[in-house]
Amino acid sequence: MKRREILAAGAGLALLALVRPATATPEEMAAAIKGFTGGAAPKEGKVAFDIAQLIDNGNAVPVTIKVDSPMSAADHVSAIAIFNEKNPHTEVAVFTLGARAGRAEVSTRIRLATSQRLIAIARMSDGSYWSKSVDVIVTLAACIEGEAP
Amino acid sequence: MARALIHMPATARRGEVIEIRALIGHPMETGYRPGADGKIVPRDIIRKFVCRYNGEQVFGAELHQAVSANPYIGFFTVATESGTLEFTWEGDNGFAQTEKMNLTVSAP
Repeated sequence: MKRREILAAGAGLALLALVRPATATPEEMAAAIKGFTGGAAPKEGKVAFDIAQLIDNGNAVPVTIKVDSPMSAADHVSAIAIFNEKNPHTEVAVFTLGARAGRAEVSTRIRLATSQRLIAIARMSDGSYWSKSVDVIVTLAACIEGEAP
Repeated sequence: MARALIHMPATARRGEVIEIRALIGHPMETGYRPGADGKIVPRDIIRKFVCRYNGEQVFGAELHQAVSANPYIGFFTVATESGTLEFTWEGDNGFAQTEKMNLTVSAP
């Protein structure tokens, strides 16, 4: 292969990476999110998703989700849900909060089958939805042995 | 009876936000994993977790297969009055467990 061919191929790859949409969510995850929000499209923001970018062990990944909210009786977070893209089951957990929580923050440990995108969605007391998505890299997979999709 | 660990302060001032960390021993079998005999191990997970403060629910969680074995949940609540916090886990195969913790609330 000539040098200019290699260069041309490289340029093509870079173009491919550019045209790929940034929010490529598989249909199942989109459907699960719709089921949680009741059809409303969540807006980006207010939610902080705390997770390691590079995960050594997918069997127990610590995650913390914080939502920017005063947590008063009039304005609080009523639910926080976590979804994933490539585990066999799309939903991870749904947490129910209220004004008595005091702070809109939950932490847990989850399983990840492969490198993928995760999304956290918060439902506010006024009915609005806010989300935050993160991409993580998993080296040791959970759930399935030897046949990660 | 599974072993449950709950970490929370025993005393708090009124209005203080306290952190509660709850962990329970449970395999959280996903139902996707083949066992030693090559057959899929049936699903056995905890579906629901509820924390009640003097009978009123302050926190709830619906868990799925993607939650790790020995599920850990950390959350917060406002200390309003002295009383009992009741933690309930419910799951497949009739799994149910309840733990109680006391909280003494003093004047701010």
